This record gives sequence, structure tokens and C-alpha cells, in this order.
Amino acid sequence: MTLKLVDPRRAAPVAVPPMLEVEGLTKRFGGLVAVKEMRLAIRPGEIVGLIGPNGSGKSTVMKLVMGILRPNAGRVSVDGVDVAGWPSHRVARHGVGLVFQHSRPLHRQTVGENIVLALLPDSLLRLVADPQVERRARAIAERVGLGAVFDRRPATLPFADLRRLELAKAIARDPKVVLVDEPFAGLTAGEVKDFSALIASFRTENKAVLLVDHNVKGVAALVDRAVAMYLGAFVAEGSAAQVMADPTVRAVYLGGAVQASARREPKARTAGPPLLAVEGVSVFYGKAQALDAVDLQVREGEFVSVVGLNGAGKTTLFNAISGLVPHTGSITFGGAPLAGLSAARIARGGIVQCPETRELFNTMSVRENLDLGGAHLPKSDRARQLDWLLELFPILRSRSAQAAGKMSGGEQQMLAIARALMMKPRLLVLDEPTLGLAPVILEQLGRALEVLRTTTPITVLLGEQNVTFALPHADRVYVLEHARLVWEGPPARFAEEAGRAYL
Amino acid sequence: MGSLLRSRLFWGSLAGLALAAAFPLVGGPYTIGVLIPAFYFAVFAMSWDLLFGFAGEVNFGPTFLIGLGAYGAGIVDARYGLGVPLSVAFGTALAVAGGVALALPALRLSGPYFGLVTLVAVLLLQQMVTVFADVSGGEIGLSLPDVLSIDDATNYYFALGFMALSGAALFALSRSPAGLILQACGQDPVEAQALGFNVAKHKLAAFVVSAFFSGLAGALLVFYYGTASPGTFIDIAVGVQIIIAAVLGGRRTIVGAVLGAVFLVVAGEVLRPLGQMSTFAVSAVALAVILLAPAGFLGTLLFRRGAA
Repeated sequence: MTLKLVDPRRAAPVAVPPMLEVEGLTKRFGGLVAVKEMRLAIRPGEIVGLIGPNGSGKSTVMKLVMGILRPNAGRVSVDGVDVAGWPSHRVARHGVGLVFQHSRPLHRQTVGENIVLALLPDSLLRLVADPQVERRARAIAERVGLGAVFDRRPATLPFADLRRLELAKAIARDPKVVLVDEPFAGLTAGEVKDFSALIASFRTENKAVLLVDHNVKGVAALVDRAVAMYLGAFVAEGSAAQVMADPTVRAVYLGGAVQASARREPKARTAGPPLLAVEGVSVFYGKAQALDAVDLQVREGEFVSVVGLNGAGKTTLFNAISGLVPHTGSITFGGAPLAGLSAARIARGGIVQCPETRELFNTMSVRENLDLGGAHLPKSDRARQLDWLLELFPILRSRSAQAAGKMSGGEQQMLAIARALMMKPRLLVLDEPTLGLAPVILEQLGRALEVLRTTTPITVLLGEQNVTFALPHADRVYVLEHARLVWEGPPARFAEEAGRAYL
Repeated sequence: MGSLLRSRLFWGSLAGLALAAAFPLVGGPYTIGVLIPAFYFAVFAMSWDLLFGFAGEVNFGPTFLIGLGAYGAGIVDARYGLGVPLSVAFGTALAVAGGVALALPALRLSGPYFGLVTLVAVLLLQQMVTVFADVSGGEIGLSLPDVLSIDDATNYYFALGFMALSGAALFALSRSPAGLILQACGQDPVEAQALGFNVAKHKLAAFVVSAFFSGLAGALLVFYYGTASPGTFIDIAVGVQIIIAAVLGGRRTIVGAVLGAVFLVVAGEVLRPLGQMSTFAVSAVALAVILLAPAGFLGTLLFRRGAA
């Protein structure tokens, strides 16, 4: 490998053809268009950030480039060869490497052996490793800072070292195009610096690098250019500052002006014990801390929004409340502790979560999904609840015989909410209902939530990264950032006190 | 090689083999007769562990491969009098060919479907043996003109040697670079592909190797018994025993499967006086081990600290 010494900050000359060029890339999942005519180009030695809110389709683009998914249409050209639709292993051998966000190393092998794996040729007959391989593995381990733990097993390593191992495996293939999925997720400030330096070193090796992340801020210091996408399509392109200033991008992230609409007086009771009390709750995923001593209360009849960027810990908080992840600290509901109860008991007890991933039964019809939600209700109640919900979401009535998986994203979200409501929850936990939805659908969803709030006694806990959607309905707002709650207050004070920090 | 000489597993296996080799000096003909099929059974279980532990595929039909080897060898010997070596070669080749014919389409399926296809293959083979009874001997069984040897000591050392060689070959394969790739393909196929490995190719190769050793062991076992019947070579229950032996011994260890197989066969014999209860007792022990120590005998010994 020859090192070309170029000024890392100078953009490559325009005459150099792109190493990675994506054009008209489209991917559909049933009725859902995940990526729509996406385009993007990266020259050798260039680092480009692909940003977009959760559900915008950026991960899908990455998987389409890598060949993990097959595109429905479009071109993915790597070093002048169209690799769209190739199987993943051929794309990899053609010179594309992917640094996975969630590392799954071989646990019975050492760090060194895991790197050796990436250095092996795709051969069935290689029964004895080339002695060169061991030496190269050691050199790569030194480069990414794993030299000292070369002979340890991955299970004994801290989280950041596991990320280094993923990077090492990608480096081992010496790819021409490097895709990095959420480069800094779960890393401390010091580790972010180390990783930035490692990624920047790809520039001098003339690799084309694509960093996929939720917001520009995270990768601004590192990228030469940023490309923003929303709802599966290209939105803006330019320097990090240009993209951050782009009106469409701002609208996507902040929904224009942050407003706390004039709204009725909160009807929630402010006295008495809270319906839900979360005290000092922490959650670890292996070695990564996803939630750090969170305190939060929700009173009967209240509408509380938890806002925070993707990865801040919203879903983890909700999963802890629903009994889906183990946690420390205490959570009480209606005065009774939830510790030790199964997720099913908690759900039947009145806390119903409508998860971010929707978790619909895709091959069942809309009606069957709703019936399953109401399976615990007496027959007459079930019929009444169903009527009310079909009134609330009329689209579901006309779709009642359709398979849930074949509907559009917006319809699926309405079904997910309706199914949760079929369980007659006392507390409805809504996790990112706006994920990947078009503005017109957001309006419909917003109206439905308004009806819920004004006509029913249901208490709602809403998690959102879309502030415009989260604020108008809320009686109270919490801001979650890097696993901690950093602000709490009425929506009217949000823009002034927390809005700036949020962007 | 240096690491091999320092490995506890290597010296432990050697000590185990030495013990087994010395056993006929103290054991009577009855116990020797119990251990001989146990050694072939151990090869079945080791071949199965290559698929389950490394390729990450649950093959519910180990007896499809074994049955092809056993009946392939038995039929050509009984009908054409090919003799032991040629018949064994034919049976092994048939098992490999059948394995490829089964795995090529089945490996395209994901999740539990692969396992279901292998299960159906066993039922199919069993039906074929019954339907073509004039060739295969049907339910009654097939008698062969030849046997490996009429001397039990010869049979014992042949079986032990065959098990040791198969185990060494499978173990070496599992620890080789190709085995490392196979393990990655089984554990995270998406990442393995992203590293440039053709997952389907590696899994198919593992299936071929597994079919080779299963078929060979099946063909040899048929010449030890001198007879073949669906109940000993093809029945689903035999397959289940093999799976239990491999899991009991320790997934992803290869050598552990020997411990599991010998334990199952010997425990079954020791508890035979209990009658019907013996099967129950052995199954209960197997269930307890799988629930309490899912890493199995050897997995628990070797990898107590790391995650399985």
C-alpha cells in the first residue's frame, strides 16, 4: 500500500472520478419506500457524512451499497464498476468495507484471531495460516490501539475496544470504500477523539469514507462534505455548515420555528402520588451505559414528552419501564413497584408500549392485529373499543382485511397505536411515532393524539426526536441527552431554555 | 504446533485414548461390544457438531447421511459382492452426493426451514427403505455377506483408531483458518459476507465434510454389525440421540461429542436392568446437563469463563 501525501483538508481535484457513486438508488419493502432515487458521490481521499433523522433511510443506503440488501433500481458504482445487486461477499472483495455499529466478535477466539479472520482469503482449502498474516494482524492491532489486548478474548474488553476491533477488521481488508455506521455511538469524548484520528487516517490512504450518523454536529469536525436525506430521498449537500444552515434540513430536524402552541389548561392532577415514578434508573448494555440515574414522574391524565436525539436513551427508558430490559433503580406504577414483574404482567397491568419498531404481526390482517390487542378484554368491551378506534383512525376501517406488512409506514404506525389502545392502557407509552413519516401523516397523527388527550383519561408518555411534534401536545417535557435527563419543564419554556442545546 | 503441545485438551484427549486403548486388558467381551458402536456413534456426533457448532446450522437429519452411507455400502455388498473396501467407498460417496443434493437447495432457506428440510429427508429415506424392500431388506433388515472382522479386539481397535483419526481431522479443520471462517459464517453471516466470505460456499463445504465422516462411519458400522436396519441407522430417534450426544458433550468443541456419545451409549447399557426406565433416566440426565450447563461437559471445562 503506498501512502500518498496530500493535504488532508484540501478537497480532491474535481477531475478525479468518484470512487463511490450512487445514482437513482431505490429500495421498497412491500408498500414502504425506504430509499427513493438517492444519489451521492465520494472521491478517493474524501470523507463524506450521510446524515438524516432516524428512519430516513440512511442505514438502508449503506446496506444497499454493501450488498446486504438488493436495490429495486439504481446504480452503485465502486471504482467504475456497477456493483448494485451483487452479493455482499463480492462487493466486499471488490473493495468495500463496513464498520458495523454492533460488534459481534467470535467470543472463543482472541482479539488477534478475530483480526486474522478478516485477513484470510475466501478459501476452503486454507488449513494452515500464512505466517505473514499473524504479523499483519499485530500491525493492524497496534494501529487501532489494540496491541496490548491482542491475546485477550473480546468478552473481557471494554466497549470502545470492541468498536476498535470492528475498525481493525475493516482495515484488514484494505478496502477502497469504507462505510462506517454511527462512528461515535456510545463513546466517551476521549474515545471520540481517538476514533476521529483513526478515521481521518483513511484520507491519507486515499480511501473514500462514508460516515452514517443522525446529525451533522456529530461528524462536522471530520467530514469534507455532508449529504442529508429525509424520507428516503436526497435533501441537501455541502459543507457541514452549509447543510446545517439549509432550510429543509432545519425543517426536518426542528420543524421550522419551535412553537409551544396555545393550549388548554393542563387537566392533570398536580397533587397526590404520581401514576408512574422512575427513580435513579440506570441501564447497561454489556459495557455501554444507555441510561444514567434517570428520575421521572408522570401523573394521572398527564401528557409527558421525552425529547432527545436518537441514541439518547429514550427507547431504553421505555423498555426499562415496560420490563423489557434489566435495570437498577426503582420504577413504581400506581404506587406499586414493578420490579420482578414480567413484561406481559406489566402490559396487562396498564402500561402499554407502542414501540418505535411498531412490531406489527406483518402477515396478519389489520383486523387480526387489533383483535390480538384486545384479546384480554371481555367481548362487549372489545367491540366497543374497536368501534372507537376505527372512528379515531378511519383509514384502518377501509384497510381492515389487508396484511399489516403491506401497508404504508403511516398506516402501520396508526395500526400500532390502535393496537396498543385496544389493550385499554392506563399509561400509553409512545416511542417515536413519527419515525420516517411524511408531514401529512404527522398532521393526522397529531390530530388523533389531540383527540386522545382531550376526550380520554389515558395518560401518555411520548418519546420523540421531532420537537415540533412532541411539544404541542405536552403538559410537561423532559430532555434526554447522552443517557441523562438534562432539562425538565413546561413546553412554553422549552425553546428558550433547551431549544438551542437541542439542535 | 507449540500451542498444541501446551494445550490441556490435546493431552487430555491423548490420555483418554490411552485409557481406551488399555481397556480391553481389563474389560470383558460384553463391555467391549458396547464400546465399539459407541465409537462410531461418537464420529456421528462429531460430524454433527461441525454443522451445529461451527456452521450454525441445525441438521435434524444426521441419520439421512449415515443411512445413505450404511445402506449404500450394505446394498452393493449384498447384491454385487463388492467386498468391504469398495462397498465402504461407495457408501461414503453416496452419502456425500446425497448431502450435496440436500444441502444445495436447503442452504438457500433461512432459519428453521433448513432443519425442517433435513428432517423430511430422513423420513423420505426411511420410506424408500420400506418401499424398496426387495433391495434394502425393508423393516426386517439387510444381511451382509461380509463383516469387518470376527475378532472383537480387532473390531475394537479399528473403531477406536477410526474415531481418533476422524476426531483429529475434524478438530484440526475446526481450528484451521477455514474453520475460523466457517465459525464466523455461522455466528454472523451478514458480517462474514461483508468481510468478503461466500457464506453459502463455506456452509456447503462443512456439509460435505460432515456427510463424508457420517457416511464413512455409517458404512463401517454396517460392516461391524453385518446387518442394516432402519431402526439402527435411519430412525429419527437415532438422530435425536446423536444430537443429544453432541450438545451434551459441548457445542463447538468437536472432541466433546465423543464424551457425550460414550456417555449416552454406556449409560444406556448400565441402566438396562431398569427396563423402560433406563431411557427415561438417561434422558433426564441429558436434560439436566443441557439446562444447567448448556455449554456441555467439555464446553464447561474449557470455556468456563468466556461466553459460549
